[in-house]
Formats: sequence, C-alpha cells, structure tokens
Amino acid sequence: MENFLAAAVAAAMPLLFATLGELITEKAGNLNLGVEGMMYMGAVIGFKAGFATGSPLLAVLGAFAAGAFGAAIYAFLTVALRANQVVTGLTLTIFGTGFAYFVGKGMSGLSAPQIVRDFFMPVGIPGLAGLPLVGKPLFQQSVLAYFGYAITVALAIYLRKTKAGLNLKAVGENTAAADASGINVMLYKYAHIIAGGGLCGIGGGFMSLVAIPVWQEGLIAGRGWIAVALVIFASWQPVKALLGAFLFGGLSILGFWLQSIGINISQYLVEMIPYIATILIVIVSTRKNRKEDMAPADIGNAYFREER
Amino acid sequence: MMKITQRAELPKGREWAIRAAAVLLSIVFAGTVIAALGFDPIKVFAQIVNGSVGSQMRLNQTILKAIPLTITSMGILVAFKMKFWNIGGEGQIMMGAMGATYAALHLPPDLPPTAMLAMLAAASVICGGAWAFIPAYFKAKFGTNETIFTLMMNYIAIKWVTYLQYDLWKDPGSLGFPRIAAFPPSAVLPKLFGIHVGWIVAVLSVVLVYIFVNHTKKGYEVTVIGESVETARYAGMNIKHVMIAAMLVSGGLCGLTGMVQASAVEKTLTYSLSANYGFTAIITTWLGRLSAPAVAIVCFAFAMLIQGGAYLQIALLIPASVAEMIQGIILFFVLGSEFFIQYRVSFSRRAARGVA
Amino acid sequence: MQDTAIQMSGITKSFGSLAANENVNLTVLNGEIHALLGENGAGKSTLMNMLSGIYSPDSGSIFINGKEVRFSSPKDSIALGIGMIHQHFKLIDVLTAKENIVIGQKGGFFTRGKNLTAKIKKLSDEYGLDVNPDKKVYDMPVGEKQALEIIKVLYRGARILILDEPTAVLTPQEIKKLFSIIRNMKEKGCAVVIITHKLGEVMEISDRITILRKGRSVGTVVTKEIEVPPLIEMMVGKKVDLSIKKSRVEGKEDLLALDEVTVLDSEKKQALKSVSFTLRSGEILGVAGVAKSGQKELCEAIAGLVPADKGRIFFNGENILGKSPGEIIKMGIRMGFIPEDRLGMGLVAGMDIVHNIILKDYQGQKGVFLKRGPCVKKAERIVDSLEILTPSVFTPVKKLSGGNIQKVLLGREIDSNPKVLITAYPVRGLDIGASYKIYDLLNEQKERGAGVLFVGEDLDVLMELCDRVMVLCDGRITGIVDPDTVTKEDIGLLMTGVAERRQA
Repeated sequence: MENFLAAAVAAAMPLLFATLGELITEKAGNLNLGVEGMMYMGAVIGFKAGFATGSPLLAVLGAFAAGAFGAAIYAFLTVALRANQVVTGLTLTIFGTGFAYFVGKGMSGLSAPQIVRDFFMPVGIPGLAGLPLVGKPLFQQSVLAYFGYAITVALAIYLRKTKAGLNLKAVGENTAAADASGINVMLYKYAHIIAGGGLCGIGGGFMSLVAIPVWQEGLIAGRGWIAVALVIFASWQPVKALLGAFLFGGLSILGFWLQSIGINISQYLVEMIPYIATILIVIVSTRKNRKEDMAPADIGNAYFREER
Repeated sequence: MMKITQRAELPKGREWAIRAAAVLLSIVFAGTVIAALGFDPIKVFAQIVNGSVGSQMRLNQTILKAIPLTITSMGILVAFKMKFWNIGGEGQIMMGAMGATYAALHLPPDLPPTAMLAMLAAASVICGGAWAFIPAYFKAKFGTNETIFTLMMNYIAIKWVTYLQYDLWKDPGSLGFPRIAAFPPSAVLPKLFGIHVGWIVAVLSVVLVYIFVNHTKKGYEVTVIGESVETARYAGMNIKHVMIAAMLVSGGLCGLTGMVQASAVEKTLTYSLSANYGFTAIITTWLGRLSAPAVAIVCFAFAMLIQGGAYLQIALLIPASVAEMIQGIILFFVLGSEFFIQYRVSFSRRAARGVA
Repeated sequence: MQDTAIQMSGITKSFGSLAANENVNLTVLNGEIHALLGENGAGKSTLMNMLSGIYSPDSGSIFINGKEVRFSSPKDSIALGIGMIHQHFKLIDVLTAKENIVIGQKGGFFTRGKNLTAKIKKLSDEYGLDVNPDKKVYDMPVGEKQALEIIKVLYRGARILILDEPTAVLTPQEIKKLFSIIRNMKEKGCAVVIITHKLGEVMEISDRITILRKGRSVGTVVTKEIEVPPLIEMMVGKKVDLSIKKSRVEGKEDLLALDEVTVLDSEKKQALKSVSFTLRSGEILGVAGVAKSGQKELCEAIAGLVPADKGRIFFNGENILGKSPGEIIKMGIRMGFIPEDRLGMGLVAGMDIVHNIILKDYQGQKGVFLKRGPCVKKAERIVDSLEILTPSVFTPVKKLSGGNIQKVLLGREIDSNPKVLITAYPVRGLDIGASYKIYDLLNEQKERGAGVLFVGEDLDVLMELCDRVMVLCDGRITGIVDPDTVTKEDIGLLMTGVAERRQA
C-alpha cells in the first residue's frame, strides 16, 4: 500500500506543476489550452539540457524556459494581438508537440544521464519520512517533488494573502475594472501566463527527467489536458490542486497496482480510468453554485482598453 | 508612440490580403527557423512542394491525405459554427472506423459491394455520431465544458481501439501478432481515376455542408446559436435539440472519415488510424474561417504539407514533425493577423500639438 | 478666485471613422460642481474617459491644476487625484468592498485588514456613505455599489471627482442623498464633474454647465443665469418640445392577465413573487423599479423564455404558461418582445438585417431550406418605413448606430402587428430624436389597439408616456398607479418598498 501511495505521489507531480501553471494563467483571465504542448516542450528541452550539461539544475531551468517560451508566444498572440484564446491554445499544443518530436528525434528512447537521475532519486526528509502510512509516500520523494510542495504553498499564500494576488484576482475577474483601478493589467497577464507556462514546462520535465526518465514520443499522453480539468476540479485553489493531482496520480498507476495484487484486467482498459475520471470531474464541477468556486469571470475575453 | 485604433470595416479583399500576407510571413519565419536549425530553407520548401505534387504518384498521395482531412474538417466546421469546440475529432474517427470494421467483419462477405459499403458508412456515421452525442448531451443538458470532454473522449476511444486490437478483436489467424482481421474485398472502397472513391465523399461533404450551413433552416439555427445563445433562445429555437443534432452531424462526418480510412487505406482497424486528422482539422477549419469552400482549399494545402513533410524525411533526412511545426507557425501568424484586420496600428510622435 | 482644477482644450478623439470628440474645451474649477450636459452619443463619457486615462486623445491638451499632463494609463490619472465613477460600475463582484478599495494600490506586500476597515469607516462617516467593508459586491444593492465606488475614489485621495450618469440607477430619494454627498465634497474644495442628460438634476445641483453636442463643446454657462429652454436648444441644436404626447384610446379590453406568477432565478431565489396584473388593449403599461427588481424575469416569463414556478398567464383567455417561446410564436400568438439587451438577445450582431428579420419568420417556412426572398422585401419595407440609416439590407447590424439597431428590432416586432408588445429599455443609449421616434412608434401601436408593456428607467418618461405605471420592488408589485395623479417621489417610495398602493 505504501509503495502504491508513494508511486501515486510521484505520478502526481507532473500533473501538479501543470495544474498550478494553468491555474495562475487562468487567474489572469487567460484560458491556455496549450498545456499539453508546453509540457512537451519542457520535457524535451529539459531532457536535452540535462543530457548536454549533466546538470540537474540546468535541466529544470531548461524545462521552465521552454514552457515559458511557448506561453510567451501564446501571451503575445492573445494579450497583445487579442487572438482567440481557445484556438491559440490548441495551436500551441500542436506546435509544442511538433517542436518536441522534432527536437527529440535523435534522442528517442535514451535515458537521462546517471548524474541527473541520481540527483532526482527519492530522498527521505528526516523525521517526516518515518511517519506511519503517509511518511514514505509524501516525504520519500525526489527533490523536484518537494519543490512542487513548496510552489503549492507559496501560490496559496500569494493568492490569499498578498496584494499582488488580490490584484491578479481582479484582473481575471474584471479586466476593465482592474485597469481602471490602476493595476498594470498587461504586466500581470504576461507575467502570470509566462510563469504559468514555465511551471507546465517543469511538469513536462518531471516526466522526462524524474518519472520515466527517458525521452520518448507520446510521453505526456494527455496529462496536459487532465491538468486543465484539474484546475476546474480544484476550484482555482492551489491546495485543492495538490489533492486533485494526488488523486489522479493514483488513478494513473492503478493498472500496475491492480496487476501487482493479482487482478487481471487489460491494461488498456485500466488506462482509460484517468480520462473517464476527468470527464466525471468536468460534469460534476458544472454544478458548482458558490460564486467563489467558479472560473474567473473575465476568462477567455480579450481586453482592449479603448473598446467602445 | 504607438497608437491602436479599431477599424471601421475592411473590404473582404483586403481582409484576405492580410491573411495571405500572414501566411507568406509565416513561411519566411519558418524558413528562418529551418535555417537556424542548419538546413537550407529553400531546399526544404522546394522538397515539400516536389514531394507533394512533383509526380502523379506523389499527387495521389497528397490527395489521399486531403480526403480524410477534408471530411473531418467539414464535421468540425459544423460544430465550430455553433461555437461548440469539438476537439474530439480523433475519437469520433476512431469510433466510426470501429463501427465500419464491425460491419465489415460480421456482414456476409459475399454481399454486393454497394450494399456492403453503404452498411459500413451507416455504421461509421452512427458510431461517430454516438461518440459525439455523449458530450453534446451533457453540454446541452448541464452546460458541461465540451472542450475537455471531447478531448478526453479521444483518449478513451484510442485506448478502446487499442484494447480491441490487442485483445478482444485480435485476429486468431495472425499468429499472435496484434492485428484485427482484414476487410473482405467487398468492404474495400473501389477506385475511380486511380484514387479510392473517398474523394467523391470528400467533395460531396463540402457541397452538402456548404448548403447545410448557408441554405437550410437548421444551418441557420446553428449559426444563430453560435453567434448568440440568448438570441436563439429568444427566437424560440430549441437550443438543446439543435446542439445535439449538429453534433450528430459533426461526429457522423468524423466517423465517416474513419470508415473511409479503414476501408480504403488500412483495410482494417488500427489504433493509429486517426493519424492526427482530428486535430489538424481544427486548424484547417479555423484557417478557412468556417467557410466550407475555403476550408477545402486549406485542407489541400495542409495535405501538401503533411505529404511533403513525409517526403522530407526520405529526401533530406529531416524529421517529418517539422511539418507539424510549420503548421503551428502558420496558424500562429494567421491568428495574429486577425488583429490587423480589426485594428489599425499607427506610429506617430504624440499628435497632441497638431490642433487644427 | 477659485483655482482651475481641470482644463481640457482642443480635445479630439475618434473611433474608426466616428469622431466622438472634436475640438472640445472644458474648464472646471476647484470647489465647483460642473455639469457636463448632452444627449446620448454627444461624447460626454468619451471626454471623461480621457481624463481618467482610459482613452488617450488623438490631439489636444489636458492641464490638471495648471500643469500639462499626459496619461498613459488610468494609474497616472489616479496618481493626480482624479477619480471617476463609471456609469457601469467598475467593481469586482466576488471581492469584498474592502478588497475592491485596495486593488491597484501601492503599499506592503501583504494585504492587511484592520487599518483599512478603520479608514473606510472614517471616510463613510465623513461623507455619509453607507458601505459594509466586508460585504461582497455581488450581495450589494445598486445604491451601495455606488457608495463603494465613491469611497474607493476618495480613499485614493481624489480631489477631482467625475460621476458618469450617477442618478440613472437611483430612486428619487437616493438621488437626494447622493446630491447632498456631492455638495459635501464641494464644501471640502473638491472639483466635481457630473455627467447627465437630465435637465432637472442639472439645474438643481450644478454651479456651471458645459454643453456637448455631437462631439463638440457648444458652450459653458452659469446655472443660475440660464433657463431650461435655451439649455435644450444648446443640447439638441434646435428648439424642441420635450413633452411626450399621450393619446387616449377608448374601448379597452383585457389582453394579457398574469395571475400570481412566481419565477425563480438561476440561484433558485424568487425573482418574481406572486405577481398579478392585467394588460389591456390600447394602453401603454409602464413598469418602474430599481434595476434587477424582476423586470427581466417578468418580460421573459410572458415570452415563455423562463419557466414560471407558480401561477398562470392568460392571453386572450388561454393559459400560455409552460409553453416554449417556439410554441408561443407557432400558436400564432402575436407577441412582440424587445429584450433588455438588444444586441446580446434579440438580434444577431454579426448577421445582416435580412437574416435578423428572418429570425422570427423562418420557423413558419415549409421544408428544410431557408427562403430569403420574401424577407429581403420585408427588410426593405421596414428600412423604408422606419427610415433606418444603413448602406443596404445586407449590412451586419453591429455596424449600425444604436438608434438604427433599435429600429431594426422594433421594426421586426411591430411588422407582425402584435397584440401585445413587450419592450424593455427601448431608448437606452439613444439620442433625443431617436428616442422620440421610438415613443411615437409605441404610441402608434397603442392606437392600433395593441397592449404595450414598457419597462423603463427614466421616471419622467414613464410618467409622460404611460397610461398606467406599475412599480416593482424586489420582485413584488408595490403599486399600479395613474401617473397623472401621483408625483415622482410617490413612485420612488413604491420603488423602495417603503409604501404600497393599489389604484388604477
């Protein structure tokens, strides 16, 4: 059981980074459906950077930069040029996937260098890792997972307690009102979309550097889209995003676990479960009533100050 | 100082000129990227053209790719016209192919080909439509977000067909190789002028979708709903009904693509049959501004890109995914160009002093 | 001598081919209440939006307290002590009053509540504003939202206040209170600009008036030295009689009767509570009430757009409740419905006039195909008879001006000779000429024998145009009165639910 939970938490991390990335993007009023593409970009560049330099830090930075680069294209098109957010995001997914396959062509099936893999091996946090049941799953993880926890907490505080977080909420809820209140709307949008893309990139990097750790085509396998759904599941709250990611991490490795305890269902059927669960989440979350649990009201709308 | 103002209205010709300029620019940009990656862009583009229309055989290959892309795009167009973001083309193609395959393998193989193919087509339309019906129903009934829903349905469909291929429908005669049995000859689309008759299906789908959208009452309802749900409600339209009907058409057309691919190209069902057409169709539909004839032209251009990209791999040893990147780049530019259709950008030193 | 707070000179601003402001001049002093008067579309809001940094002028200069300024964003304007209360409030619904006040403000990294609450309290007491700092905006009535907007502006230390049509959403009693707050600001030396098109209010509150017409400044006058008729002339450009004719129609019969109709809104709250009334032929029945008192639900329930929870609606003796809008149209019940939000509901902005005219007809056509021919003729007829200014009947309606858009909608509805015509805010955003055309059209319908339900916001218009005025407050009917026998203040009391009255 402990092993299953530990594996579930590890499988949750790519989802967590991507979900948090999309979450802050949406808080700024932009729906970026390019998460899958940004994860691919992050995965391949992170892998390539790790492969070329042997530096885990540069690998993660590379993943972040690649995701942020994809998001920057999206931001320029949707914020400056007011392009349709849905279509631009979809295009980013197609572009990002093509980009990753192109860049990764010669590396298919290669593993990350030993020094990088070692760096990302699970390490126990003294004291906490020994806790019964939750100790190993939560506190015997890769350093990048701890970084994920830290980002979750930091974002939760940022959104709830800081002025910048409040301003961000205002931008996403009513961009015109935020602008009239003296908030630098463009700065907030660009900063959060790009940082959000960077987090998605790290999510992709987690796949190619920590989870597998191999570069291969089809690596992300729809995790970006699950992340988009998880944002809704989490009601745009970072801590709930962490819980949602754990849940889906568990679902995504359910097949191995079932086989390991001797239940024999086709792996292809078990692999459907996270996708079906995502649909269920989307259906259930349609029925939310509290205004605070709903999507930022101004999401999807391009803003032009001089609109008449 | 840069100044941005909204434009009054541009003549249609100017609008298309701006879009054409965007496509040109995107090609220049893509060329720069290709050059930066160490390849000769002129050579690459020349080989894309050469590889797609350079000989009768290559042209046929291109048309073979244009057929599924066009039929799928027509399906996507109907959904997008309603602002129903059907990202589920892949899954609908798969399920359509599955329906056709079931019919092909279970109907008596000595059926006359016409009857056989008609049954296959019907089965694929029903299965593709049914797959699209599920998200449409939830959207109509509860307002469920269709983007993620249809997308997840893709993955489910692909996993399901993989399961069929590796397990449930595995051909016992294939000596353990994970393969579904091949279609009987009566279930394979015949050829006309050297290309399977799917091209007639594609041409018909363009004509019919054009008529549907522009000249039928249902098509009018779809357009009104796409523009303003509130107005549609106010005019007494049964929105749920129209939404579901339009999605049945959309999914049915995508399903038909599945039948064409399964019957004419693969001659069986495989989990890679949809080959990204469901996604590429989203781009082509948008680039063609949801106008059926324009979308058909874009589909052909994209088929050239896909076929030319595949040829690159052989001719210049450049990965075929470069074509995917170029597709993305073109769409980025065209998406950005809409801005210059809506707004005018002028650069001036602050004009404040020049008061008449 | 007072100092000059604002000086705008030679301001020009165009949107596409439309010149919203042309060479406009405006001077506002500290410690004065300055009214900006003009018709809808005269460019008042555009001018003030340039002062608040939302628009930037194409040419001209702005001086604040004697110094020339250029705003690149609203932030710059706020920094100079300018605060604008927009007609459509710029508040964030899901945030509390307090949070709305601090957004965009400099200061520490974290949000801190305590000091803020005290400061807000002090401001509200000082100016007599009623705002609960911890209440969410979506829970606030309009009056409180406006008070919050004012506090927000004052909190930012504004010395120049701009109020855009602040009285449009208020009852006469609330307007009185607002005016005393404005006078209070003036006493404290602030410069106040109030945008309005209501002459009575201008005469009551302002010290000086600048009149705008068709984007140009016509002149500035001292309020005490001018009478209403010359003001109208400056505003409209010609002598006009601003009284609305009210014709009497004999032989009325009951057309539409609502019997204890209750409607729930999307949050399952009662938006309409057991409403009963009768609409007769040959009358215009006005509906008054502060915004969101159930007007929308009332209209939509009659048109079959929202289901009623309880009650019955009789049309010519038949209960139509529970029928879909499609059925109501198909049954041949001639009911024209002009919705509140005409571009969002009622018309398809991106489609041409012909395709908008088809909207109500196509369901009657036989077969699967859409027949355009007869509708082109009909569209041409409507364009001719209502003098709609458009390049052709194939022009998308979003390219037309507000008045012409309204005429397309109204033209389509009255073309079917409806027995009942429901209109909500049909003159919103229209200039005086266009408004009076609409009133004439409604009167024509009434004389023809139709029953007209007119949901309005301007009490003066309601009282002049309507045969009876029904007042809604919080989803209930608090009174149905004969406008000839009551005052505006009486109706105001009914609007707030302080009084109730059944008469006419």
